[in-house]
Parts: sequence; structure tokens; C-alpha cells
Amino acid sequence: MLETLMLSRIQFAANISFHILFPTITIALSWFLFYFKLRFDQTGDPVWMRAYRFWVKIFALTFAIGVVTGITMSFQFGTNWPKFMETVGNIAGPLLGYEVLTAFFLEAGFLGIMLFGMNRVSARIHTLSTLIVAFGTSLSSFWILALNSWMQTPQGHEMRDGVAYPVDWFAIIFNPSFPYKLSHMLVASGLTAAFLVAGISAYRLLKGDDKKAPKLTLKIALTVAAILAPTQIFLGDMHGLNTLEHQPQKIAAMEGIWHTEKGAPLLLFALPDEEQKTNHFEIAIPKMASFILTHDLDGEIKGLNEFEGNHPPVAPVFFAFRIMVGLGMLMLAIAWLSRFILWRKNQLSPWLLKTLVVMSFSGWIATLAGWYVTEIGRQPWLVTGILTVKDAATDIAPENVGITLTLYLVLYVVIMVAYLHTIFTMAGRAIEIEEISIDEQVKPVINTSKNTVEG
Amino acid sequence: MFEEYTLAIIFVSLMGFSILLYAVLDGFDLGVGILLPLDQTDNADTMIASIGPFWDANETWLVLAIGLLLIAFPAAHSYIFKELYLPTAILLISLVLRGVAFDFRAKAAFSHKPTWNRVFKGGSLVASLSQGYMLGMYVMGFESTLAAYSFSLLSAFGVAAAYSYIGACWLIMKTEGELQIQAVAWAQKTALVCFIGVISVSLVNPLINPNVYDKWFSLPNAFIILPLPFICFALFIFSFIQLKQLPKVNDKGCWRPFVAAVVIFTLCFFGLAFSFFPYIVPNKLTIWETASAPESLNFVLWGTIIVVPVIFSYTAFSYRVFWGKVRELRYH
Repeated sequence: MLETLMLSRIQFAANISFHILFPTITIALSWFLFYFKLRFDQTGDPVWMRAYRFWVKIFALTFAIGVVTGITMSFQFGTNWPKFMETVGNIAGPLLGYEVLTAFFLEAGFLGIMLFGMNRVSARIHTLSTLIVAFGTSLSSFWILALNSWMQTPQGHEMRDGVAYPVDWFAIIFNPSFPYKLSHMLVASGLTAAFLVAGISAYRLLKGDDKKAPKLTLKIALTVAAILAPTQIFLGDMHGLNTLEHQPQKIAAMEGIWHTEKGAPLLLFALPDEEQKTNHFEIAIPKMASFILTHDLDGEIKGLNEFEGNHPPVAPVFFAFRIMVGLGMLMLAIAWLSRFILWRKNQLSPWLLKTLVVMSFSGWIATLAGWYVTEIGRQPWLVTGILTVKDAATDIAPENVGITLTLYLVLYVVIMVAYLHTIFTMAGRAIEIEEISIDEQVKPVINTSKNTVEG
Repeated sequence: MFEEYTLAIIFVSLMGFSILLYAVLDGFDLGVGILLPLDQTDNADTMIASIGPFWDANETWLVLAIGLLLIAFPAAHSYIFKELYLPTAILLISLVLRGVAFDFRAKAAFSHKPTWNRVFKGGSLVASLSQGYMLGMYVMGFESTLAAYSFSLLSAFGVAAAYSYIGACWLIMKTEGELQIQAVAWAQKTALVCFIGVISVSLVNPLINPNVYDKWFSLPNAFIILPLPFICFALFIFSFIQLKQLPKVNDKGCWRPFVAAVVIFTLCFFGLAFSFFPYIVPNKLTIWETASAPESLNFVLWGTIIVVPVIFSYTAFSYRVFWGKVRELRYH
């Protein structure tokens, strides 16, 4: 039987990992939708409305799962991590509160109009509602990343009797790692949504759905991906430099550097060995890690030996980092190649379309891997220098946590299967929706087609 | 800047207000879920359509209420939800299932729709039951006695009936024709259960909690508080009479049962809140013992003062956009 601490950690990791998948899509997908709707208003070209109608359904489904899985989080802080709120609640509470007050209500309030109100409000109000929902989802990530980055690099507070009190809210929100984390996450969302849109559009084209809408969305998604993929690599590098300054032990674990060294090699692959404090089967580029991190081939990088007993477990951080970077590079290559071929030939070969289908949810894996790097990389601390994960845990009986953990895991498997199944069913079914008729081109807003999938 | 004493009162009022709004708003959409027929009629689609644009925003009030408890009274949050660990998990899982079923039922392959309808109905029912159970345990001070468990079970059914009742009233207001007549019948049945539930909670609560008894039956409190049950009683009678006459010509007064139900919910809520104030964990922890630092609460409060009126205005706007009888709901 596992102990309560470990079960609580697994449960929290499972809940937050599952939850974050869906906002990662909706944060950026809402901006795609806003763009589609805006272009429709400007041009009156019904293909934009087709694109909007198809993707707004996937958005609604994804958003709903994001909302309901997020509710579990607000309960767990108290049940499984009571000391977290007791110690840093004065900081964490208001940041979470502002997320609910400014972002959740904004999204939820205008979502109804965005999804169901097109025939009840003017086109302008509807487009505005779409914009507000998009803004709300991004605002939500602002507050959550403010809290998360404060937990990584806390400042702007003072400790009295073991409890953190706020001193300077501006310093708390705009803590050293905040701008990097926020931009890295927003671009991750953009890439995730871009690859999803590209992948599902490619799936429709492969199914013989020879309409204008999937071709258009494929092109837009690949353009976005081709721009965001290099941007993300650049932001990731900046983020890494920031982490080197504030959390060097995390960098040491990411790079697998056991002993402080000058001219550290970049490990492409290795098997870190926690007991012997060394790596096996290294494949490395000499001096490259020093060059990337210090911009000097012989720059010194602190090794894990300087943080004895105060550094994260190496293997998960090391591998998660490589999965994230590897996927990032792959996404860059695929995005540029596909966009280039699309530009030259105005269509993609079946194998390239199939590759895009396979990559549909690659953003999920990269985002999760990235979060594992940063969150496991923070261990053993929950809030750096203030509270360890161990000290924050609850005293609930392990059996109870075991029961709830099992229930959550079963639930998540069911939802995930249903979600993937539904998305591909919807994409496959889109072929049955008739090509835009003549009269619809005249009056694009009015909806009379009986076979539109109802809400 | 407010000082600590006032801040705790302000925040417990805000939290109470969110809980009340949640009970009314998510109450009606959970109730509609409980009443959902499983026989594949168009009625099911219309019923779902009547809550479609709102349920998500309604649930946000729960997030705010729990959020306020977490932010303003963290020790109480952890005390209460550790006591209610398993019922909370059941509530959350049923809310998740219900939420996803709402979207899956419309988008999955047609053959899966009946399954998702069942999940939606079951999830709504279990979520309501677990909320009622949690309320019962809270009122009983989280005792592990047979009496406490029995009372909590009673409370579970009471809350499920109350939600079904306000859900039926919502449907009377938002629908027409055959479904409206059906909704009137549902409202009549659930009103009776709800009525019995309210009476039994009102009797049991002061009898088992000496503090509550003192509050209700000592002057001058009694002048303010004792009329509450009588107004409630009168409202139930009013609703019974109305329900007998509905639907009327031109659909006159179709909103009356719903408004009466909202007032009943509000009165019951004030009765309970009055019984326990200033305790946030009954007979154990007061709001002042558990409140967060004043500098944090002030920071949140200023935002709240600015943001909450804005929330109200766009919530009102959304209800106005979807005003009147429900039309077929589709994504454009």
C-alpha cells in the first residue's frame, strides 16, 4: 500500500495533467475562431463560416471538459495539500480568486452567446463575444501562470511565524520567471491548437472531404505552426537562461550534469544513474550545453553536486526535457516542410497528410513533457525555499485517497476515449454536410440546413 | 482598507451569496437533468436546450464559492473538505460526467446519444444527492453517528427534490405545449417532497443543535427569524395554487412558480446561515479564527467590488439574449 503523500502526489499530478490538456487547446483555438469569425464579417465569404461552425463544436466540447475537470482542482488544495494554503494561502488565494472573478466568469458568461446566440444577437455582438471568450481564456492563463511562477521563484512577500504575507503584489505577480513561463505556455497552446487544426483538417482531406473549408483551415494552421515553432524554441531558450539564474539545480537535472564543469557537453541521450551519480550510454555534442546556456564554449555550469539533498530526481526531468525538445524540433521540421510544399504545389501528398494526422495531438505530449520538466524540476520544494511537498501533505487515510485516485483514473480514461472518438467521428461526418449552396452565399448568416449537427 | 473583523464578515457574506446563487442557478439546471426523460423524445432535446447557454456560467458560482472559502477561510476549507473527502469526490466526478455528457450527447455518433442522456441524468442526480448529503453532514457538525447519517440521507433527498422542483418551475417558464404540462405535473410532485424536506430540516436543526435552538427562540432574534418558516409555508401554498391553474391562457403567470421557488431557496438559505453565523465550521471554528491575512483580503476585495457588478451586467445580458420560450438549440 502506498502512503498518503505518494497517492496524493499521483492524484494531483493526474488531475492537473488531464485538466491542462483541454485549456491548452481552447486558449489558442478561441483565437482561431475569433479570426475565422472576423474574416467572415469582413469578406462575407461563407467558407469562413463553415470553418467557424466546424471548429466551434470541437471548441465547445473541449471547453466543457476543461471546465469540469478544473473544478476538482479547487477542492484538492484544501483536502490533499492543507499546509499549502496555510503557508502561502495569503498569496495563492488572491491570485486564484482573481482568476475566477476576472477570467472564469468572463469566459462562461459569453460562451453561451458565442455557442448558441448567433441568430439572437447582431453579427458584431457575436464576434465581440467570441473575442471576449478568447480574451478570458488567455487572462485565465495569466493568473494561473502568475501563481505557478511565484511558486518557482517567489518574491514580494515576507515570512512571519512560518506564514507568507504579501508585501508587494506587483512584485509577486511579475516575479522573475513569470514572463518566460506565460509566453512559453501561450505559444505552447498556439502550437497545440495549430497542430490539432492541421491534423483534423488533414484527416478530412484524406477522407475525401474535398471542400474549401478544410483546405483553408489546413493552410492557416500550418502558417501559424510555421511561425510559432521557431518562436517557441527561441522562448524556450530564454526561459532556460532564466531558470539557470534562479533555479540552477533544475538546469543541472535537465542537462544531466552531475558535477560542476566548464565546457559541459550537450547530451542528446543518456541514462542518468541516481545512485552512482553519473550517466550511462552518453551521446553528446562537446561543449554545446555550456554554449547554449552561457553563450561561451567554456562556460561553467553548476552540477548537481552543489545541491546535495536539494535537487529534483534526475531521470524524469532529464527525459521529459528531451521529449519536449525533440517534439519541438519535429514540429518545426514538419510545419516548415508542409507549409513550403503547400506554397509550391498548393496541396499535400497523402503521406504528409497522414503525418499531420499522427501529429494532431503532439502539442499535448510536448506541453505535458514541458510541465513535467518544470514541476518535477522544482522538487523537493512545493514553493521554492518556503515549503516542501512533503510538509504540505494531508493526513487523510491512504485508503480514501486510493479510492478517489482510482475513480479519477477510470473517469479520465473514459473521457479521453470518448473525446478522441468523438472528434474523429465529427471530422469524418463533416463530409456529409453539403457544399455551400448558392442561396447560402447570398444570406450567409441564416441557418436553415436541417442536417447541421444540433447542439 | 477594512480591518480584520469587518473583512471576515464581508467575505463570509460574499461566499454565502455565491452559494445561494449557485443553489438557485445550478439548482435549476441540475433539476432539469434529474427530470430528463430517457425515452428519446424531442422533449429531452428541448429541456437540454433550455439550460444549454447557462449551465457553464451557473457552475462558475460553485467555483467562486469554494474559491472564496479557500481564499478567505483556508483552515475551514481544509477542515470541511477533509471531513467530506469521499462525498466531495463523488460530487466532483458526477459533475464532470454530467458536464461532458451534455456535450457528448450532441456530438457523438447518434447511436450513443441514449447512453449520454443516461449519464447526464445520473450525473445530475448523484451531484444533487451528494450536495444534499454534504449539507446534512455540515448541519450535523460532521458527527459519525447513526442520527447524523440518517439526517444527511434525508437531506440528500431533500436537496435533490428541491433542485428538481426549481428545475420543473424553470421548464414551466421556458417551454410550452405538452412539455409545459408535463413540467407542471413534475413541479406538483417535487414541491410536495421539497415541502416535507424543508419542514423536517427546520424541525431537526434547532432540536439537535442547542446553539441553533437558542438563536431561533430567544428575543429579539425570534422576531426576525421566526417569520421565515411562515413566509416559506405561505409561498408553498401559493405555489400549489398556482400549479393547479397552470398553464393559463396566453401563458399568463408562467414565471410565478419559479420566482416563488427562488424566494423559498433564499429564505431557507438565510435560515441556515443565521443558524450558524458566526461559525463557519458548526460549533468548532468561527469566521474570525479562520480568516486569511487582511492585506490579502483587501487586495481581493477591491477587485471584487469592481468585477462583481460587471459579472452581473453581462450575466443579465446573457439571460436577456436567451429570454422567452426556448427555441431549438444548435451551433448556428
